[in-house]
Amino acid sequence: MEATVTTANSEEKTWGGGNEPMGASYGKLMMWFFIVSDALTFSGFLAAYGFSRFKFIETWPLADEVFTHFPFMHGVSAPMYYVALMTFILIFSSVTMVLAVDAGHQMKKNKVILYMFLTIIGGLIFVGSQAWEWKNFIKGEYGAIETKGGSLLQFVDKDGHRVALADFAATLPEEREQLTRNKAKWFMSEPALPSYSVAEVQAGFKAHPELLIRTEVVTAEKQKTILSRAESEARLSQAHYVVEGANLVRNEYGSKLFADFFFFITGFHGFHVFSGVVINIIIFFNVLIGTYEKRKSYEMVEKVGLYWHFVDLVWVFVFTVFYLV
Amino acid sequence: MSHEHVSNIGRIWKVFGILSAVTVVEVILGILKPEALHMNNLMGLNLLNWIFYALTVYKAYYIVWAFMHMEGEKSTLRNAVVFPLIFLILYILFILLTEGDYIYEVFKNSTIKWNF
Repeated sequence: MEATVTTANSEEKTWGGGNEPMGASYGKLMMWFFIVSDALTFSGFLAAYGFSRFKFIETWPLADEVFTHFPFMHGVSAPMYYVALMTFILIFSSVTMVLAVDAGHQMKKNKVILYMFLTIIGGLIFVGSQAWEWKNFIKGEYGAIETKGGSLLQFVDKDGHRVALADFAATLPEEREQLTRNKAKWFMSEPALPSYSVAEVQAGFKAHPELLIRTEVVTAEKQKTILSRAESEARLSQAHYVVEGANLVRNEYGSKLFADFFFFITGFHGFHVFSGVVINIIIFFNVLIGTYEKRKSYEMVEKVGLYWHFVDLVWVFVFTVFYLV
Repeated sequence: MSHEHVSNIGRIWKVFGILSAVTVVEVILGILKPEALHMNNLMGLNLLNWIFYALTVYKAYYIVWAFMHMEGEKSTLRNAVVFPLIFLILYILFILLTEGDYIYEVFKNSTIKWNF
């Protein structure tokens, strides 16, 4: 019955400090409770994502059509491989972290230095990979049209393969100048204009009779609905805005909330990884100058290790929720 | 330091092997999407997604127990951390997912249109 026993202290010292409730030092216990609260924060975010997804269950984007990039492989659709690689990098940096903790328990300073160093490198590679993922997500690949009603139309050829706006949009002799601060009358400007106007996309679509429109609606076969040519033309006449890539307002992948949640949750996780790397670097230098050697305990390494594993733990869930399910 | 520290490098690598294997299985399933799993639903979620979530929790267990060394902590600490999380997370998931599905039904079956 450990629950009722305070750790080896005579009664008069119970309130005098130096106790270790639950058999863990103050710092370690507080790190655990911080992790509990942080885990609840992330659960809140992921549950909110689930809420929105269930709310728009019929029109939510399909993950393996969104995340298809792999470095140095242009035009190859490689869903999942890149993010699986990122997962391995993070799990491996977790392994080196736990090896550092293990070496710390045996007071092997040089091994702690080596493993901490590898952990930091792994963390940096992961953050870099995430930046690359964001770059592709923001840049987009095909472009899409938003209708007046707010739904998103994408373009496919006869075989159902996606077609980029650049491949068919007409060039009309219209000039639409970007409004910038130095040309405006009073503090006015506008967000960057899309590469094509709605009229150019409509004219291009008319000139390419083989093109069809794909809506956001998911069919019973878990594919996006492809309209007939006549329906496509009718829908495209409602076009309102050309969407390229993703930002917090609209994105070419589908539901507006999808990009918002992607940016927010992976961004919040990425920020955790980044702060984890910074904390790891601080502790790394402390190990280098022998702080813990003098203290005769590497518990500090263990505490940042807890945080680092937690970041890995969150990624395991983000990976499932955003890329697999 | 309360517990004795034997080196358990062997176990660390074993857990790494398990985590990697599970990730590989997830990726393979995610790419193949077997028809029988993907098209059959259980409680509003298809079987493939149930498998993904089960594997995720399985991985989470190993990360917390082996890497964060929860298995070496006192059971009071273990319970203080794990039980609140399990119950609160299941609770918020239940509330929000039920509500999300309800709103979907409202838009789908009633005269209210989603206009924004």
